[in-house]
Amino acid sequence: MTNGEALAAQLPPAPDRRRSHGWLRYAPWATVALFLVPIGAGVLGTALPAFGWLPGLQRRHWTLAPWRALWAQPGIGTAIGLTLTSGLSATILAVALVFGCCAHLAQRPPGRMVRGLMGPILAAPHAAMAIGVAFLLAPSGWIVRLLSPWLTGWHQPPDIATVQDPYGIALTVGLVVKEIPYLLLMSLSALGQVPVQRQLQAAAALGYGRTNAWLKLVLPQIYAQLRLPIYAVLAYALSVVDMALILGPGNPPTLSVLALRWFSSPHVRLYFPAAAAALLQLGIVVASIAVWRAGEVLIGRLARRWIARGARHSVLGALAALARGLVGGLTLLGAASLLALAVWSVAAGWRFPDLLPQRCSAAVWRQQAGTLLWPLSTTLLVAAAASAVALLLVLACLEQEQRSGIQVRSRALWLLYVPLLVPQIAFLFGTQVLFTLLRLDGTLLAVIWSHLLFVLPYVFLSLADPWRALDPRYARTALALGASPGRVFLRIKLPLLLRPVLVAAAIGVAVSVDQYLPTIFAGAGRVVTLTTEAVTLASGGDRRVTGVFAVVQSVLPLAGYGLAVLVPRFTRGTWPARSGS
Amino acid sequence: MRVPGTLRAATLGVLLGLLALRPAVASNWPGVLARARGQHVYFDAWGGSERFNAYIAWVSRQVATCCDVTLREVPLEDTAQAVTQVIAEKAAGQNRNGTIDLIWINGPNFYALRRRGLLYGPFAQRLPNDRLVSRGDREVRYDFTVPVDGYESPWRTAQLVFIYDSAYVKHVPLDIRAFPAWVRRHPGRFTFPQVQNFLGVAFLEQALYALAPDPAVLQRPVTPAAFAAASAPLWRWFAKLQPYLWRHGREYPASGPAERQLLEDGEIDLMPSFNPASAAAEVAAGRLPKSVRTVVLTGGTLGNASFVAIPYNAPHKAGAMVVANFLLSPAAQARAGEIRALGGPTVLDLAKLTEAQRARFRAQASDPWMPPPAALRHVLPEPHPTWAVRLAAAWERRYTP
Repeated sequence: MTNGEALAAQLPPAPDRRRSHGWLRYAPWATVALFLVPIGAGVLGTALPAFGWLPGLQRRHWTLAPWRALWAQPGIGTAIGLTLTSGLSATILAVALVFGCCAHLAQRPPGRMVRGLMGPILAAPHAAMAIGVAFLLAPSGWIVRLLSPWLTGWHQPPDIATVQDPYGIALTVGLVVKEIPYLLLMSLSALGQVPVQRQLQAAAALGYGRTNAWLKLVLPQIYAQLRLPIYAVLAYALSVVDMALILGPGNPPTLSVLALRWFSSPHVRLYFPAAAAALLQLGIVVASIAVWRAGEVLIGRLARRWIARGARHSVLGALAALARGLVGGLTLLGAASLLALAVWSVAAGWRFPDLLPQRCSAAVWRQQAGTLLWPLSTTLLVAAAASAVALLLVLACLEQEQRSGIQVRSRALWLLYVPLLVPQIAFLFGTQVLFTLLRLDGTLLAVIWSHLLFVLPYVFLSLADPWRALDPRYARTALALGASPGRVFLRIKLPLLLRPVLVAAAIGVAVSVDQYLPTIFAGAGRVVTLTTEAVTLASGGDRRVTGVFAVVQSVLPLAGYGLAVLVPRFTRGTWPARSGS
Repeated sequence: MRVPGTLRAATLGVLLGLLALRPAVASNWPGVLARARGQHVYFDAWGGSERFNAYIAWVSRQVATCCDVTLREVPLEDTAQAVTQVIAEKAAGQNRNGTIDLIWINGPNFYALRRRGLLYGPFAQRLPNDRLVSRGDREVRYDFTVPVDGYESPWRTAQLVFIYDSAYVKHVPLDIRAFPAWVRRHPGRFTFPQVQNFLGVAFLEQALYALAPDPAVLQRPVTPAAFAAASAPLWRWFAKLQPYLWRHGREYPASGPAERQLLEDGEIDLMPSFNPASAAAEVAAGRLPKSVRTVVLTGGTLGNASFVAIPYNAPHKAGAMVVANFLLSPAAQARAGEIRALGGPTVLDLAKLTEAQRARFRAQASDPWMPPPAALRHVLPEPHPTWAVRLAAAWERRYTP
């Protein structure tokens, strides 16, 4: 904490209501309305048909028939079980591994290599990642090829279900690989606000090992901040569609994939069990979060006694080291998956058990160059527009917060997380109703709006901390010198915070590029982006073309981050220098 | 993937009454061409095949040059999504400004739209190139036993074939009844796409055709009694097959192209395909090894034609007809027949073409990856579309854990 921040923490916030522009006062409300209204309408639009209410199809009486139809669907029990086991185990594993890894590393940041590899994994869309992981894990995939035939003796791939396995293990692994970097990033940012080093030194003086001290002292302090990101991961893992389509089994698939299958079936009667399934998906997520919360309370109670006993376990150190090793291994797996896609995009003939393609060719890239252009431009346009709107709204909210002196409380933060916690399948169909009523369905505007629901929370979360941490004396000095609040915002705050603003925009672009279901629903299939194209092609199973799309899809967000880091460097001369932080 | 069909219904259907269908009349072809100028035609088509996408990209360049029509492919994961969309638009009262102008369609999807009166037509006879179509072929006049009646225009034909890798297996079953014995000798080396996919259900229908006591019932709409009688031998046959399928018959590839990847990876040795030229095309593209071969079952296999249809509420019908007509032109047909494009037989009657046009349809019989031309002569008619729906549902009930 800099001196300025310490000082600011002691001073009461300086309300400046008098000078606040009228319209700025409505910014938080407009923001909340812009994304809560579609979600609310969406859940309602899904819930009503789940109980038989769909006037367009002449169904106007309340009934439980959709639920009976849902239970009568073949494989529904297996699908629910699969959803629960893969979603819960992926979240528990990812959280445990990240905590173990942090405990092992204690105050040090993760190694250079891991950090370098995590960027691309974080930036790569879920669908691309899943396609790569599928190739790595398949019985004819890279790992088996590495060991064949010299070790395994296999000249043909074995008939073992290592991907799309009936237990959803491959899906779980894919989810863990993708979520670890996100949770690690969140943990590191939470750790930045705790005096870890001092506390660990104190604990060490009392004879606690590094891992013991971290788990007993530091983790309880940062967990509250990680709660919402963890719930978001849990909700996502339980209701994911694109990764489940690629890595999960198909007979039956997970509940959300089943719902999607019925929603897009030509048999209109299947719409009702689909709506029931989507609502059930929401119930599963809510119940799982409730169970997780109960688990937190229980573990918290037990842990308090455990901490109070003061034991110095040595086994924990070994476990944490194991977790750290696994995180490293899974990061490598993720990076290798992305590399595999790049290799496939230039592979001519590549058969089992060859480790590398027999011949390489740029033919697929040449063929796709023309095809890529249209989805690429759409993707860029939607991502830029959604991020720009999100950035404007978030800046307006933060500025209003500072001028009015009212801080967003943690309960309000929940509202921001709503789009990340409610399963997409449970509200996107209903949101479509809203867009249809507004005559927006199938338009770019609808797609941009639907992306905004997911872009906005991430932009807010990434920008809020740096914005609030800016030394308030800069603004006060400028105000005292007679500058208007608007001028202070434009000439002082924005230039000082240019880098976090650009990073937030880049995160927004990455989130937008990743969106699959929202694009499909709001775009009525007409708005084609790199991600929808990649998932459609993945259904066609052509790894080469999928590789081309996945590479472009992953490079796009990376380019965004690169720009966010580079631009401030070149503009430094023209704007005031940034303070410490 | 297309969505919320029925939801649009839910909302707009209430707001707007259903407007009466207006029969759009195109009196003459020059008038159609004139109206088509500058139109954007949204073409909904299954987008899982990169070869097909490349062909449509070529078509769109051609119609842009010749007729000033902009063709936009809307890639679908499943054609059924376009069907849902049109049904939903109808329910929502969107009778004029639909989102789809042209659909690549056949079989159950055509039946679903046709019996609800949601297709524009008859338009096929108005296309100048329609007179070149080979009228002798049954599959051009009947789409899965349903009379076409000018409500869709053919552009490719397809027939069930089997592709195998001769590097690993020398003999493959040439009779549905021989499959159980073959898979017992080659456990895990054969599978077919999941029944939610048209190719998966086509394989089962082929078996139904071969095993049913009286295959003639398949040409009529299905009834519970007829289904029970016709499918009983199929389930006995499948019980012998399933344990020896890839993944022990618990998991199935999502589609034909997904299964092609399995064959390339060496996970299986034998797969069904609905395009007799697909093996040749994949070899040419380097996506299958040169050792693959294509065979047809001895008693003949199911065959059908691919069509394009225009939804009743398509806003750009003239443009859509121009595209449908172009797909039937000798140039487009010759191009599609090239193995590097799509491959497979044309729907045109070569006798009706000029000598110069005929020369572009080079015989590909010598190609080792093509099935022998004589084997393709024996085309079995597709069952009535209701059989596919019933068969897929019955399979799901029996074999979904």
